Amino acid sequence: MLLRLRPMTAATTTVVRPHLSPRLSFFFHSSPSILSSSPIANFRPHRRRIFPSRWSPRRSLTTAASSAGQDWKDHAETIEERYDVIVVGGGHAGCEAALASARLGARTLLLTLNIDRIAWQPCNPAVGGPAKSQLVHEVDALGGEIGKIADRCYLQKRILNLSKGPAVRALRAQTDKREYAMEMKKVVESTSNLFIREAMVTEILVGKNDNVEGVQTFFGMNFYAPSIVLTTGTFMSGKIWVGRTSMPAGRAGESASQGLTESLQHLGFETDRLKTGTPARVDYRSVDFSGLEPQHGDEEVSWFSFDPEYHIEREQMCCYLTRTTKDTHQLIRDNLHETPTYGGWVEAKGPRYCPSIEDKIVRFQDKDSHQIFLEPEGRNVPELYVQGFSTGLPERLQLALLRTLPGLENCLMLRPAYAVEYDYLPAHQCSRSLMTKKFEGLFFSGQINGTTGYEEAAAQGLISGINAARHSYGKSVIILERESCFIGTLIDDLVTKDLREPYRMLTSRSEYRILLRADNADSRLTPLGREIGLIDDRRWNLYQSKQAHILEEKERLKAVRVSGGDFAAEVSRLSGQPVKDSSSLESLLKKPHIQYKVLDKHGYGNKLLSRIEKECVEIDIKYEGFIARQRSQLQQILNQQHRRLPEDLDYHSMRTLSLEAREKLSKVRPQTIGQASRVGGVNPADITALLIYLEASCRKSTEKKRQELLRSIPTEADGTGSSLATAAQA
Amino acid sequence: MLAPRSYTREDVVELQCHGNDVCLRRVLGACLEAGARLAEPGEFTLRAFLNGRLDLSQAENIGRLISAKSVAAADSALAGIQGGFSYLVKSLRKQCIELISEIEARLDFDDELPPLDSNMLINLIDDMWHDVRQALDTANYDKLLQSGLQIAIIGRPNVGKSSLLNAWSKSDRAIVTEIAGTTRDVVEANVTVQGIPVTLLDTAGIRETDDIVEKIGVQRSEAAALAADVIIMTISAVDGWTEDDTKLVEHIWKNQKSTGSAIPMILAINKIDCAPYFSVQTFEAVGNSFTKHVQTCAVTGKGIPELERAVLDVRGLDPIPAGGRRWTVNQRQFEQLLRTQEALSRLKSSINEELPMDFWTIDLREAALALGEISGEDISEEILSTIFGKFCIGK
Repeated sequence: MLLRLRPMTAATTTVVRPHLSPRLSFFFHSSPSILSSSPIANFRPHRRRIFPSRWSPRRSLTTAASSAGQDWKDHAETIEERYDVIVVGGGHAGCEAALASARLGARTLLLTLNIDRIAWQPCNPAVGGPAKSQLVHEVDALGGEIGKIADRCYLQKRILNLSKGPAVRALRAQTDKREYAMEMKKVVESTSNLFIREAMVTEILVGKNDNVEGVQTFFGMNFYAPSIVLTTGTFMSGKIWVGRTSMPAGRAGESASQGLTESLQHLGFETDRLKTGTPARVDYRSVDFSGLEPQHGDEEVSWFSFDPEYHIEREQMCCYLTRTTKDTHQLIRDNLHETPTYGGWVEAKGPRYCPSIEDKIVRFQDKDSHQIFLEPEGRNVPELYVQGFSTGLPERLQLALLRTLPGLENCLMLRPAYAVEYDYLPAHQCSRSLMTKKFEGLFFSGQINGTTGYEEAAAQGLISGINAARHSYGKSVIILERESCFIGTLIDDLVTKDLREPYRMLTSRSEYRILLRADNADSRLTPLGREIGLIDDRRWNLYQSKQAHILEEKERLKAVRVSGGDFAAEVSRLSGQPVKDSSSLESLLKKPHIQYKVLDKHGYGNKLLSRIEKECVEIDIKYEGFIARQRSQLQQILNQQHRRLPEDLDYHSMRTLSLEAREKLSKVRPQTIGQASRVGGVNPADITALLIYLEASCRKSTEKKRQELLRSIPTEADGTGSSLATAAQA
Repeated sequence: MLAPRSYTREDVVELQCHGNDVCLRRVLGACLEAGARLAEPGEFTLRAFLNGRLDLSQAENIGRLISAKSVAAADSALAGIQGGFSYLVKSLRKQCIELISEIEARLDFDDELPPLDSNMLINLIDDMWHDVRQALDTANYDKLLQSGLQIAIIGRPNVGKSSLLNAWSKSDRAIVTEIAGTTRDVVEANVTVQGIPVTLLDTAGIRETDDIVEKIGVQRSEAAALAADVIIMTISAVDGWTEDDTKLVEHIWKNQKSTGSAIPMILAINKIDCAPYFSVQTFEAVGNSFTKHVQTCAVTGKGIPELERAVLDVRGLDPIPAGGRRWTVNQRQFEQLLRTQEALSRLKSSINEELPMDFWTIDLREAALALGEISGEDISEEILSTIFGKFCIGK
């Protein structure tokens, strides 16, 4: 039924706007004082909050929709809360989802437990890092927000892994936690079509056709929409632990969300439990930095966003490096039984790639010291984040533990470290659009899918936001292929692998990362972002001119030739290779240890190019052979991997598959051969068997068609001979 | 036989009957009536492959065993089934994958791990490279097993080429007379040398002639010499090395050069019985044209075993090591091994040129992919078509 209504939904959305402006202008004139106190860009949110959907012409629509229901009269008396998309949760997934959806024109409602905690960074005051930075660049290239906010609120920026190759290079920004949340909240509040409401969602309302219709809140409100995005983070039945003591909470000081798990279980979803933790915060005034190694930001600042409008440099703050000592390790070993994991009272799995300090000490027995970073949480707060030092030890031991670290001998603790346990839904229950397989219109994103990290959350949020909006308009959903980007890799891993521990993005998770670099994220994804509708004309023009510059420069480097001189001499000195007369600049740039900077130094560079454009040119030329090789590897595998699996395959009847493979494949129901091969418990022999099954059935059906064709020919040609011919065929 | 301890890893019932065709047919008929069906050609092996009992290279060797035409070919197929080659491929692939994960661990978790020792890495890659090289070398032998060796016996007229062929093949395949120029066309005879099928080609004596038939014969001789795997240049010990022999050898060399081939040549000094005081020294002047000298007597068969050994030697076919059967690689496996070898070579130069570590993984992955294709662990279109070509499925 909802499907039939969709065109009307779209139509009414456009009708809404003319009504809006007179009211707005009225508001604008009548209360200028409010406006003057906030930046111009901010005036829109107020009208949203002041004028929620009360005048929505959808009322008639609702009546039509619920005419099959019994209580439409009751509805008619109250204000209809009807939207195109509802996003549950205002974290990094929720914000991207809500923004993407609203920007695509969908009437979007963001439900959050606490408006003051929108886009909060409950753990690291940082964005980016290995592989995560790729996600941020990609989200930005598609028109998402996280990169811009990180660029705007950074305290420090550094490029990591500089020497390990362009594909694993990573930008990391320390961010001002409060400023970050505030800036994101401003954007969310000022986006058209986006409405915010505090609420605790306790139930998902579903229709008759396994479709979602809306959500119900703790206080008994119903909000309706054909697309719902759940981004519950650590809140769903969240419980925090400090030592043996626990309380229900999504984060320290914030209540958990109760009831939703049960609703989802009732709908037939499998839920499980995960754990994560955050270290203590110490007062930086109590730390002696004199003996610690300072970690300064890069002199030349790099950016997440491809939009130069956000490239505004600011003063950087310093981080410090300290290390665990013998005393640290001793204290932990002596008190292992006091931690939830080793004491055995918390069973949920924590992130292997972001382990607590006790995990590190137990797992790497032979390492006598671990790096610990001290990171400022903001420009105006005295809090220091002790990175790499999360622990489940009781609070009474935590200060003593902190004081075993050099520089922290006299430190004061502001917040204790704690662990949090929460419910998640193993993401094999979603397809790659992040829509659940069970219910049409229900999307999951972020920690609810078993991931960890703001960047992972943002990436999923963006995709589910886009798809939620598209679904509510009856458009086809967007799927990013695994090999096209890290976002695609992330989602593919989530939906195919039966993950039982928090999933963190790593560069090694992509087989084709030489192709998926930070520098080319825009050329990989911005055209798609444009097509989807998240890249405006200004961004699109910027993108196109950048690509043109790069192309022209590559041509120039091919054409310009050099013979002898200082430049050639320096190239041969740096590379240890002879330089032939009349070498093209391109061929010189390909030599070992020769960077574009060397060209610049000798006046062979192009002054019209930006640093970022030069980097793109340098990488493309320098590693051309490798890039081409990886591309051909990819091509080789792709045809096979993208082979689609029929939706109705009966794995249980395939006797050449191992029992485990039959079970896992029936459960995950992969869409392609490639996905099937990544399902845990499915081995290469199973894939061969599957391929042969497909090929055989494909051959069978072609043969059948051929036979039918043969039979039909005599029928057409000569009606009398047909029965004979058929008999002969048989 | 209960799964998984059967050939196919499935439950198998084996019926043993009396050794009479009628009994067998009746039992088979009873089975079919009861609902069984006949296996497609290769179906048992296919199932064994799909159930992980055999990898692709082993399954291919079963096909080779069934079609083996010589003892050596059967031996080599058996060695392949027993998994010597599969083991090598698997362990090479495993090493590649281990190296990839070592490198990737360092890309993602640098501070937790000790740095890689690039010298050790280079040594490891060198070892892998040599393993691949050795496997590649067996392709030659494999080709010989499958298609055999062609040996052209050439020389001036009347030096005893036909007698040599007859003595070697222990037959009267070629007509032998005292008249120079008796052999007009190429005469073939098949022999087996150390299990390898060998085709001997007796050719018309090469000389300037006006006889139109003989002229064509001479042309054919030259063509046979060019297409052969080994050339045996025969001279007569009675005449010694003559001007004509020099011309002939030079002519053959010229032909070879123009086609860019280098076929090993063996000098057979025949009719040794007629010239007992013959000195090998005489031939040193022309000696470097030939890889080997052998003295033979076609009439008594003397020198034939030496000739066989010389043939194996010049083709680089060491006698099969005692006790160990030797597997070989087929064309498909050869191509993937070559791909592996090239990837390893590139990897070495990446390391030597100090390219960032991430780039090392690309060629390692390439090598792993190629090796995976051999065993059938990584599936490409090519493998699928191999499977469908080898086994009859879906008919």
